[in-house]
This record gives sequence, C-alpha cells and structure tokens, in this order.
Amino acid sequence: MRITQGTFSYLPDLTDEEITSQLDYALSNGWALSVEFTDDPHPRNNYWDMWGLPMFGLADPAGALHEINECREVYPDRYIKVSAYDARQGRQTVALSFLVNRPAQEPGFRLDRQEAADRRIRYTLHSYALDRPAGTRYGPQ
Amino acid sequence: MAERWSAGVLHYAEMGYWQPDYVPKPSDVLAAFRVTPQPGIPPEEAGAAVAGESSTATWTVVWTDRLTAYEHYQAKCYSVEPVPGIDGQYIARIAYDLDLFEEGSVANLTSSIIGNVFGFKALKALRLEDMRIPPHYAKTFQGPAHGIVMEREYLNKYGRPLLGATVKPKLGLSAKNYGRVVYEALRGGLDFTKDDENINSQPFMRWRDRFLHSMEAVNRAQAETGEIKGHYCNVTAATMEDMYERAECAADLGSVIVMIDLTVGYTAIQSMAKWARRNGVLLHLHRAGHGTYTRQKNHGVSFRVIAKWMRLAGVDHIHAGTVVGKLEGDPNMVAGYYDVLRADKAEPDPLKGLYFEQDWASMPGVMPVASGGIHAGQMHQLLHYLGEDVILQFGGGTIGHPMGIAAGATANRVALEVMVKARNEGRNLLAEGPDILRSAAKHSRELDMALSTWGDVTFDFESTDTPDVTPMPTPTGA
Repeated sequence: MRITQGTFSYLPDLTDEEITSQLDYALSNGWALSVEFTDDPHPRNNYWDMWGLPMFGLADPAGALHEINECREVYPDRYIKVSAYDARQGRQTVALSFLVNRPAQEPGFRLDRQEAADRRIRYTLHSYALDRPAGTRYGPQ
Repeated sequence: MAERWSAGVLHYAEMGYWQPDYVPKPSDVLAAFRVTPQPGIPPEEAGAAVAGESSTATWTVVWTDRLTAYEHYQAKCYSVEPVPGIDGQYIARIAYDLDLFEEGSVANLTSSIIGNVFGFKALKALRLEDMRIPPHYAKTFQGPAHGIVMEREYLNKYGRPLLGATVKPKLGLSAKNYGRVVYEALRGGLDFTKDDENINSQPFMRWRDRFLHSMEAVNRAQAETGEIKGHYCNVTAATMEDMYERAECAADLGSVIVMIDLTVGYTAIQSMAKWARRNGVLLHLHRAGHGTYTRQKNHGVSFRVIAKWMRLAGVDHIHAGTVVGKLEGDPNMVAGYYDVLRADKAEPDPLKGLYFEQDWASMPGVMPVASGGIHAGQMHQLLHYLGEDVILQFGGGTIGHPMGIAAGATANRVALEVMVKARNEGRNLLAEGPDILRSAAKHSRELDMALSTWGDVTFDFESTDTPDVTPMPTPTGA
C-alpha cells in the first residue's frame, strides 16, 4: 500500500528540485521549516520524532534540503516529512506538510473490529509495522 | 416636544429614528438595508421606519415610551444613500445599541433585525445587505465548535483544500449500497463524503442503518490509505431529542463529523454547536432553503449576513458557493462570503458587498464548502477563486466517473494536488491551469478520463445577486 498522508501523496514522489521549490514557497511566506521522521505512521500519531528543532531564521531552502538528506541518510527506511509552520496569530499551525521519504515496503494497516451490542462495531487501525519493536519496524529483518 | 407626544400617528423620522448626525458607537450593532419605498414615501422616512419597526416603534405614539430611556433603545437610521444605477432603491444604515439584544442568541438578534419589518406595507421591498457585529457582541457567542485550524489539526491535513462528495442518488439507496459509495469515494482519495440535505431517516433507509454502514466504509478507507476520513452523518430530524440521539450514535461509532441543515432553525443550530464542541465532533451545516430569501437582490437577506450569523451560531462548515458551479454565485459576492467566514478582520469593500468593517476578535473561522456542479477540469479556477481553506465537493464529478467512484475520487485528488503544487511553484493558474491538468493526466489515467468526460462542462449564466459597483458575469472556461 501507499500511505497518502501529506499534501502531495497522489503525485509521483517529488524530486529534490521540486522539493526545493516548495521549500522556497514556504520560506517566502515566512513559515519555519522542520523535518520529522517516524516508524509509526498511524494517522493519529501527532508526534513524529523531530530531526532537530524547527529551522526558525533559515532563509535558504538549500539548508533545509540538506537536513532532509541527512535525515534520509540516517533513516532511509522511515517515513520522513517536511513541514512549514505558520506562527501568525490566528494560525499558529502547520501550513504545508508533505512526505519526502518512505520505507521501501509499506505494509499498511489492518482494521480490527470488536463487535459490540446493537450491531455496533468498535474499529481500531492496527499498523502491521508496529508488531515489531521500535527501530526495527521497516527495512531488512 | 408636545407634538412628539400628542396621541395619533407621527412620521417615524419625527419620532427620533432618523438621526443623520448620529455617529455610531464602537459597540453598536450596525445594519445596512436595501430599501425600496412605496411611491411618495421619502427615503429618509423609509429608513427611519425600518429603524423604528426593527427596534422600539409601533404604528402610533405611545405614552409608555416615556417610562423608558427611549432614546437609548431607539435604533437610529444615520445614513440613506441612493443605489447607483437603480431607481427607487436606497441603502439605509441603522445603528442599534447593544442593550437591544440578548447575549449569545442568534434567535433574539434576528427577531429584532428581521422580525416584523420585512412585511411592512410602506416598503415595496427590503433587503438586509450586511451587518457589523461588534466584538462586544461577538464575544458573547460560542462561535465555531472547532474552527478551521482545529479541524486541520484534528484531521492531520494541511496545505491544500479538502475534498468531499455528496452521495448520489441522494434518495433511494439502501444503507448497504450507500456505504459502498462512501467506501469507494474515500479509498479513492477524498477526505469526506456527505449525506445530502434531505437524507434523514426515510422508509428506504433509516438513519441508524446508514450510520452503521457509512462508518464501516470510513474505517476501511482509513485502513487502506493511512489517512483520517469522515462521513457527514446528517442528524437533521423533527425534534432536538431526535437530533441528539442521532448525533450521539454517530459520535459513539467514531465519526469525526455530523451535519445539520439550516432548516432546523437558529436555536437548534446553536444547540448542536454546543453539543459538537462538548463531544469533539465537527459540525457541518448545509444551507438548505437559503435561496428562498438570499437570491433576489431587492428583497430578503443577503447570504453574507446568514454567514455571519452562522459563524456566531458556531458551525464548523457551511456551504458558501463555488463561483464556477451550477448554483448562483457572482465571484465578487462569493469572495465576500468567504471573507466573512474565514478572516479575523475585514474592511468594507463595495465590490464584495461588504458594507462595514468586521472584527471577529479571534473567533475561529468557518470552513466554507464549495458544492454543486464542479469537476476536476475546473481545479485551477476553484483554487484561484476560493483559496486553500475550503472544502471542494464533487458529487457527480466523483460518482459519475466512467471508471468508477474510486477512480473519480483519485482524479479529483490528483488534480487538486498538482494544482496546489503548481501554485506554490509560482505558476499562473488561470492561464496555465488546463496545461497543468493535461500534463498531470499523463501519469493518472483517472484524471485523463475525467478531463475527457467533463473537461468542457461549464454553467455560464449571469448571476442575479451582483455588486452595485461593477456587475460582472460568471467567468467560464479557462
């Protein structure tokens, strides 16, 4: 399967050049870039691991691309996303966020159903990767 | 003053409702009415009559006014100006003291402002064009149960408009077939599917069966995509007790969102907004019925006023026009509605039909919904006109796809993402949009098929509700 989180998951994976123009757009809006990675891509996992702090004050997209590539080198088998943060009053939230790396194999999710009364079902999304310990969830066994 | 208090009938203007020198206070509620007086009635008298009939006045002098600080409670018409280019119409601006209204009650606000006055015989027609809700009053309302920012964080979706579709046919599907449409549309790439306004609990499909099947579909689509998905469970019903029962069932099944129709009434909407905040469920509002009083330019209530009331009432979503689709909507007017729903502050702008400044004092924004006759081939126009904080709903444009519902959804999602990407790269959407879509279709058969099916469909009709300054036809094509 292919996880479709992020702004551009229905397009072919972005090249570094295409990533750079998105970073450029974010910086031109005054948004701070940050890189995060995870081996737990549940859609409600709000707290991916931070690859350093958000790059407040960074002006050159090349600097952010460098961080993305460093993160890719250390964690080639994890999901990595780059986010742009809009700190303006009234927003104070992410303005753009897209995946820049995926594991080679994405096993995806199992849907667990617990039958409750009156035909109700309690649903749980179960990530297959989470059956293995943190740090060994993706990539070669 | 003796004359003012003699028994009998006086002109409203002479009773203090016409005060051209009045300077509105920052805390006043302001209203702009389009007034068409009967022949022989001076415009100032017509404006004063509106002020009087929407505040303290009755048709004759009453001595009991003198038991009150009546000058405080009287609404004051402080300006009357002819509408350029249209004979016999005037814009009357009226100021209401804050004390005239109950805190946090849309029902009370509207019972004053549009309560009796629209049937007033001395006027041929009357339209409420805009209102200024001062922060002093706005702060007494809950406002959107979650608002745009919280909705995005809740759904974990950023940087692009959200995508939805209304399940079609809107009437007649069984619950199981209905859930199939939900499942296919969501797994194909939409964020939301939606019950239509008139799908409640009919003999062919009862509400609980629909909710059970729709939530199975939502959860399966989440598992296949790793994304949060939602189906707007329409909980509109005959009584509040029924609506609460349905909403609680939807929340219990794990739905992120429920919906209601404007037809349930302002008080029921405010009750559901409180319920939605209490239960962490988004609240979608379908503006069913609004066209009966918002569309004609000379009589009724402008949709921008309804939009303001609904932001106060506390909905998270409201249908607000598409510009390019099948339903009424001049581009400037629609831009005004979107400003009313999303911006924290707006300046007066005659082109957008905004008569007053509006300061929401940090009340969260409402996500506008664009729905009705739109398709993937218009994506560049939709993004250009409507921006990013919007839900684009392609019902027919998803379900009618020749390769199936999931393919229709994928076509829309590919078109959306490629257009956002192109915009961020600095490309000119209106000029290059069709090329951008065609080149994206090279790697998406679904989009290719959508473009060859609907690429040329437009709805090219003049809007009836246009700005007074420069009326413009709805743009078409590319």
